[in-house]
Amino acid sequence: MSTPFYVSPQQAMADRAEYARKGIARGRSLVVLQYADGIVFVGENPSRALHKFSEIYDRIGFAAAGKYNEYENLRIGGVRYADLRGYTYDRDDVTARGLANVYAQTLGTIFSSAAEKPYEVELVVAEVGETPEGDQIYRLPHDGSIVDEHGSVAVGGNAELISNYLDQRHQDGMSLAEALKLAVQALSRESNGTQREIPAERLEVAVLDRTRPQSRKFKRIVGRQLARLLEAGGATTEAESADGAEDSEDSGGSEE
Amino acid sequence: MEANTRSTGRLPAAFLTPGSSSFVDFLSEHQPELLPGNRQLPPTQGVIEAPHGTTIVGVTFPGGVVLAGDRRATMGNVIAQRDIEKVFPADEYSAVGMAGTAGLAIEMVKLFQLELEHFEKVEGAQLSLEGKANRLSTMIRQNLGMAMQGLAVVPIFAGYDVDREKGRIFSYDVTGGRSEEHGFAATGSGSIFARGAMKKLFRDDLSEAEATTLVVQALYDAADDDSATGGPDVARRIYPIVTVITESGFRRLSDDESSEIARSILERRLEQPDGPRAALL
Repeated sequence: MSTPFYVSPQQAMADRAEYARKGIARGRSLVVLQYADGIVFVGENPSRALHKFSEIYDRIGFAAAGKYNEYENLRIGGVRYADLRGYTYDRDDVTARGLANVYAQTLGTIFSSAAEKPYEVELVVAEVGETPEGDQIYRLPHDGSIVDEHGSVAVGGNAELISNYLDQRHQDGMSLAEALKLAVQALSRESNGTQREIPAERLEVAVLDRTRPQSRKFKRIVGRQLARLLEAGGATTEAESADGAEDSEDSGGSEE
Repeated sequence: MEANTRSTGRLPAAFLTPGSSSFVDFLSEHQPELLPGNRQLPPTQGVIEAPHGTTIVGVTFPGGVVLAGDRRATMGNVIAQRDIEKVFPADEYSAVGMAGTAGLAIEMVKLFQLELEHFEKVEGAQLSLEGKANRLSTMIRQNLGMAMQGLAVVPIFAGYDVDREKGRIFSYDVTGGRSEEHGFAATGSGSIFARGAMKKLFRDDLSEAEATTLVVQALYDAADDDSATGGPDVARRIYPIVTVITESGFRRLSDDESSEIARSILERRLEQPDGPRAALL
């Protein structure tokens, strides 16, 4: 009979964290930025149908990097949580803080339970306020911790590099076109210092717009409107540089 | 593991189980006691007294549909509320008007709106107009027990069918039976009179402005002959709720707009109390 190897709890947790981080880094990064009239979500997504960003409730949006089936599950769980809460109490009683808390508890329990494999996802939950001061952005890493973010946040593969870039350049009160331009610039940065071009049709963009008259503030920006905004921000700069290079990045965007 | 799902505050397993995109289905599995249809009524004698909403009318026109309702709720011979709202947006392209027990009707609308919104968020696409009409049918059927105790809810559902590019109206009975109406429909206590008025005034080629005038005319006639339907209340500035759904979505006429329509009708009726006359032949 064989005796199982002893693995110290520290080592076990470190292994699980490593596993989750690798899974998350395999996906494309996405960024969430505050702008004057709300919060904008920008990411690279070749699919038109499988979204990285979605509406949870009136003022609450959701963004996720990592494994699709896992974050999709969490997204639907969040929609059910929010709708049930709004139905039992009132629409005003559904808050991003409450939702982020539930997500943190869920991810945390799964992460530390030996019976389950850790989720390879990193989430962002954002709520747009009446004024920019009321905006809330929470980042939820795979282990159930919760980070209250201001201004800008990046998750996914190159998150560190991208968020450094954003931190230096993001300002309060940017227009949507400016914020979008900054986001696209940040996403096009590679870890080796080069830039690559992200065509508009590979961009997924959504906003939580506080100026929308409807109570549901979430809106996807697609097609002509997106093209117009990119033009206004002057984001489309140069470079039909090497399609081949881009392809290789598609598969190689996963370095730790 | 299972034991501590509650104490850790994580999402219960039911929330993370893939499956239905229907909020009602989710509720009936997770918290069935919250569904209106699952409530047990204690045995009662006679009819329960509760405010009732009255007349709702709908008219289609090329390019859309108009749905309107009066503002009165009655309880027996008492006016329970003068400014009740009985017509609601169901989602961006549809609206629902409720006649019957006001409390249950408003709860049903709330659940119906949520059902459509929930589907849209989960699936990333809207239900078809038929699909929406069928969901409402199911919800009315679940209320049948209440209806048999005198607490019926009978709605009209109207919407713009994005695929067929036209406005459509569906009417219901207490058992959830659903039928599509062509041209116009009415429900509630004043519906007989409203339908009579619309029958004489309706044409296929109404403009949006004519259609909104037509529904207010019909409501005026309903109020004229049915004591439970409220006419325009000039003194309190309470006018019918008129909503229009077209290609560009749901729009509720502002108070100024609906008061203008009601006032112009009122003015003409000072000379001709029975309203416009149709040709004999």
